[in-house]
Amino acid sequence: MGMTISQKILADKAGKKEVQPGEIISAKVDVALGNDITAPIAIKLFEKYEGKKLFDNEKVVFVPDHFTPNKDIKSAEQCRILREFAKKHNVKYYFEIGRVGIEHALLPDKGIVLPGDLVIGADSHTCTYGALGAFSTGIGSTDLAATMMTGEIWLKVPESIKFVYNGKLQPFVSGKDLILYTIGLIGVDGANYKSMEFTGDVIDNLPIDGRLTMCNMAVEAGAKNGIIAPDETTLKFVDKRKRREYSAYQSDPEAEYSDVIEIDCSNLEPQVSLPPSPGNAKSVRELSDIFVDQVVIGSCTNGRLRDLEEAAAILKGKKVNPNVRLIIFPATQEIYSEALKRGLIEIFIDAEAVIGPPTCGPCLGGHMGILAKGEKCVATTNRNFVGRMGHPESEVYLAGPSVAAASAITGKITHPEEVV
Amino acid sequence: MKSLKFKGKVFKYGDDVNTDVIIPARYLNTSDPKELAAHCMEDIDDTFASNVKEGDIIVAGENFGCGSSREHAPISIKASGISCVIAKSFARIFYRNSFNIGLPIIECPEAADNIEFGDLIEVDLEEGIIRRVSDNKLFKPKPFPDFVKEIIVKGGLMEYVSSKQS
Repeated sequence: MGMTISQKILADKAGKKEVQPGEIISAKVDVALGNDITAPIAIKLFEKYEGKKLFDNEKVVFVPDHFTPNKDIKSAEQCRILREFAKKHNVKYYFEIGRVGIEHALLPDKGIVLPGDLVIGADSHTCTYGALGAFSTGIGSTDLAATMMTGEIWLKVPESIKFVYNGKLQPFVSGKDLILYTIGLIGVDGANYKSMEFTGDVIDNLPIDGRLTMCNMAVEAGAKNGIIAPDETTLKFVDKRKRREYSAYQSDPEAEYSDVIEIDCSNLEPQVSLPPSPGNAKSVRELSDIFVDQVVIGSCTNGRLRDLEEAAAILKGKKVNPNVRLIIFPATQEIYSEALKRGLIEIFIDAEAVIGPPTCGPCLGGHMGILAKGEKCVATTNRNFVGRMGHPESEVYLAGPSVAAASAITGKITHPEEVV
Repeated sequence: MKSLKFKGKVFKYGDDVNTDVIIPARYLNTSDPKELAAHCMEDIDDTFASNVKEGDIIVAGENFGCGSSREHAPISIKASGISCVIAKSFARIFYRNSFNIGLPIIECPEAADNIEFGDLIEVDLEEGIIRRVSDNKLFKPKPFPDFVKEIIVKGGLMEYVSSKQS
């Protein structure tokens, strides 16, 4: 009986030889993650139910990244709950301002999540780590509290959909375009409760940053997890960073899938998802004269070094359109520092962009980039729901860094080839 | 164990009602249920919070609760007085979160298609029946999986976990 990579990881963590889709298991967790929005509720529950000790102070990770630097008194109080609990319980991976980054960029870079891990996080984009060959999924605060006490979580083993991407990518087409196109194809509940397994020549050739972007948005199709089997690219990335040993799993050739979807990428154009759904994906060429007020480049989806490099390649020597505000926020301190060394930050400042600290703020309409009534924004973030970035009558258009940067120059949604 | 029978007026919404419209992120700097309830559904229906009454029921289309893992979404719904949510389908994390905090949610496409805004309905989770009071029309939701029943019987995930620990 063949198993998918997701089944193999879950079987291992449940202490079983094999597991079948639909089976309910209790599984041991390698990393349990919370942030400044979700962890305070988990901490209150942990204390209310008299949790005495964390199951493992090296496996519970807290990242205060959503409203930090604190946007107001209430968020400062939320962060204080996190900080004091982390100190009391000697949480090894707690990242204070100055060392923090957006959680889903930070954890892979710090070598905290590794292939073969079972990662649960009280943040829906925890599915990002599937790009390293981990089974990682988002849960809520109560599940986090229970896991902090027991080290285990109950899970239903998901069916898997296999996506096979073939062909040669056109210029300016990246992981973001692949995933927006895919969500457009299957819809925002097209993979509900299922695992999305990304395979094919295109994935084999995709850099790790693009893979992280793809798995990050699996939840936007309703998936429980996105996953890419580890290969040389993965091992090269993790071996430099790992803090412990890991197991790299592959799907068996005879593994069963609920569906296999083949996508020929040779003619795929850069994509834009129109508001108010990540599922409204269109080729950028299909759009005409959508004028924008703001452009945001960053987030757990596209705030990594390669994303900043793609943006800088477009922005170099140019100026942001006078009608546009360009906000760029590197996802971690390390990325910020590397962007400085490589001259990317100078390119952005010369182009008249503003550089934000590593924070989730703008992406979820938290702070540092809120939209007014009627305003439009192109963003490399992951959601364009009603009111996502501010006023309920503002609009967010999702795109990759190249389209976002090109749009910042022209003031309207633009194919990057028009400005280079 | 809490009662599994509810009666209330229906607030009806469409497909893909997401966590951002259930409770916008601008209010997530608190986890106080009352404060969250005051802004529940604000970006999809700004009259909800002032009109909802204890026991009322939300009925919606496909993929209810899609988006964020924020437990603030089911917390705000529960704290607003809503007794249960009926939808054609639910997003995965929202489904888990709701049971974990003790907000009953019911998958029933037929009910979601037929029940209208303002209808008065009765829900009996033990019998597995939804009844519209005006015409006695009955709908039969899918039964809960066994593990979900176990969590409901214990009164929520934390009660379930702590009963195992002691």
